[in-house]
Amino acid sequence: MTDATFSGDAPKASGLLEADARTRRRNASERRFRMYGLAAIGAGMFFLVVLLTAIVSNGIGAFQQTFIEVPVYLDPAKLDKNGGRDPAQLAKVSTFGYTPLIQTGLYQQVRDAGIETGYEDARDMKALISASAAAQVRDFAIANPDRIGDTVTFRILASSRVDGYLKGRVSRDSIAQDKNIDAGHLELVDALREDGALRKRFNWDFILGADASESRAEQAGLGVSMLGSLFMMLVVLFLALPIGVATSIYLEEFAPTNWMTDFIEVNISNLAAVPSIVFGILGLAVFIQFIHLPQSAPIVGGLTLTLMTLPTIVISTRAALKAVPPSIRDAALGVGASKMQSVFHHVLPLAMPGILTGTIIGLAQALGETAPLLLIGMVGYIATNYPDGVISGFLSPNSAMPAQIYEWAKRADPAYYERAWGGIIVLLVFLLIMNVIAVILRRKFERRW
Amino acid sequence: MYDAPLRKTDVEAQTTKIAARDVQVYYGDTHAIKDVSVDLLDKTVTSFIGPSGCGKSTFLRCLNRMNDTIDICRVEGLISLDGQDIYEKRVDPVQLRAKVGMVFQKPNPFPKSIYDNVAYGPKIHGMARNKAELDEIVEKALRRGAIWDEVKDRLDAPGTGLSGGQQQRLCIARAVATEPEVLLMDEPCSALDPIATAQVEELIDELREQYSVVIVTHSMQQAARVSQKTAFFHLGNLVEYGETSQIFTNPTDPRTESYITGRIG
Repeated sequence: MTDATFSGDAPKASGLLEADARTRRRNASERRFRMYGLAAIGAGMFFLVVLLTAIVSNGIGAFQQTFIEVPVYLDPAKLDKNGGRDPAQLAKVSTFGYTPLIQTGLYQQVRDAGIETGYEDARDMKALISASAAAQVRDFAIANPDRIGDTVTFRILASSRVDGYLKGRVSRDSIAQDKNIDAGHLELVDALREDGALRKRFNWDFILGADASESRAEQAGLGVSMLGSLFMMLVVLFLALPIGVATSIYLEEFAPTNWMTDFIEVNISNLAAVPSIVFGILGLAVFIQFIHLPQSAPIVGGLTLTLMTLPTIVISTRAALKAVPPSIRDAALGVGASKMQSVFHHVLPLAMPGILTGTIIGLAQALGETAPLLLIGMVGYIATNYPDGVISGFLSPNSAMPAQIYEWAKRADPAYYERAWGGIIVLLVFLLIMNVIAVILRRKFERRW
Repeated sequence: MYDAPLRKTDVEAQTTKIAARDVQVYYGDTHAIKDVSVDLLDKTVTSFIGPSGCGKSTFLRCLNRMNDTIDICRVEGLISLDGQDIYEKRVDPVQLRAKVGMVFQKPNPFPKSIYDNVAYGPKIHGMARNKAELDEIVEKALRRGAIWDEVKDRLDAPGTGLSGGQQQRLCIARAVATEPEVLLMDEPCSALDPIATAQVEELIDELREQYSVVIVTHSMQQAARVSQKTAFFHLGNLVEYGETSQIFTNPTDPRTESYITGRIG
């Protein structure tokens, strides 16, 4: 900019060995510009590092969970009063029947290990054990009725307070007001740790499991909402890709240029900039209230995200089609190919890398989208069970990964805070994988001229 | 090279292949071609010369309806191939283009193998019943494109990997593979070096035996070397059309004379 203005001191006759003032200024401004560029990249890298460090340091803990190995005596007097091991009879004993057995088991274990505690009652062990343990033991007993009467060692989840203590989230100071756990329990945890019965392990259930209630942070997992995301992405892929590509090909190659196509083009560009929550309320109004599709269902989420992803796919596909040199179209038409043959035999294969990249970027965007899901009811404590088949995968209420993360971040228990960060790590890994696939596909389909 | 003698022309009483009568072409509001009437002969090389923007390429692209792909382009008047109006409603431009092949200014092979480049036209027109027939057609076309000897050992290599001159001859081979009757060439040598140009010109001369060839060129030497008939376009008008030797030695119109002597251009 400054170079273009005439500043009066045009080069005087001087040797080549000495730069004149104008050249020096030009070089200085170029150097300055490079510095700005480097500074901008540096700032970007810095924030990226800060972001990644924050996510990893906050979230990595979610992948480990504290477990206690407890020998539980499956007391026939409590579990199967009539004997006979009839499954129907066994199922009548609720988890409340199992809780005392586990507590007693742990109490016994503590006593056997010779650990000194001030606790005189097995029920005092409640603070250490996750509420999910009873269900775990009950499921085992119902599945293996012949083991009733034996002492079976279970690896049960420790409560989230205990888990937090091992991860440094919970301390003796922080539990001063806590009615769920007291300092004596923490002493006991330390002792059990030394004994080897209690320790942190990698927790697959965080990645593969279902969400849990507010009071069972230690049990919550991302798996079911991951399936929700998967089914939504299937809907998006199988609707947005064909519709988007067909739209682009028609607009780019066949449509006459008139006010109608101009109007459509302007609208598509604008749609890409519409806030996603608008698509959410549209999905709510059209798919749920008008068409009466089930609430909270991945099919509705998928349809809504399809609407949102379409403009992205159309725009990138059209850009990819535009980038194919017109000489290729001429060549095909010149040997007598029809318009459609020239598009499908020559233009489309060349545009493929661009189309695939655009589609995957669009899918990645849809995968991380939360706002529309808020409006169609895909947040909340929904995802307690895995869908039992493909149809129910599409139609039964579910959540999605980002919505699940949002849900966890909302909950009061600080243990959920860690899980929210952990969920973000999983989501980012998925996005990273999708981007890597995009790069690989682009490399694979790219052709040299 | 510039002093090359004008080719002795021996146009006998030959049949008209393409006849144009009062052709007008409009690009939107621009009147690009005005009242052009011309008879292009069979088994003859006709060159279109004229300054840039004079409409010679536009007119050439009318002859196989390549202008159809441009929305704002409108063609009026009559252009007939063997007496049949090519702009008649029932004419399918796809069929027309199989009969009237085209070679473009910039070599534009498909980013496919050499074999597939040539085989594509015959394949989509169903000219071969089996692989052996297709092989035969490809070989014949490559021989006619004077490139067979150079590529026969690497038919699977990408066409885009050839040199510029080879690419252009490959494009000519691709154009003749569909057995056209007329071959339109839009400045086929403008992107080529003199050696490749000489090869292509030689090829054009051979092609004359079977096809009616129409070539647009900016090089008057080239027009003089390869063509028997020359048409001079200026500002959308066909100024003069006649024997090449006559146009270059004894033009009747003062504008033609100015152009070939380098005063306008």
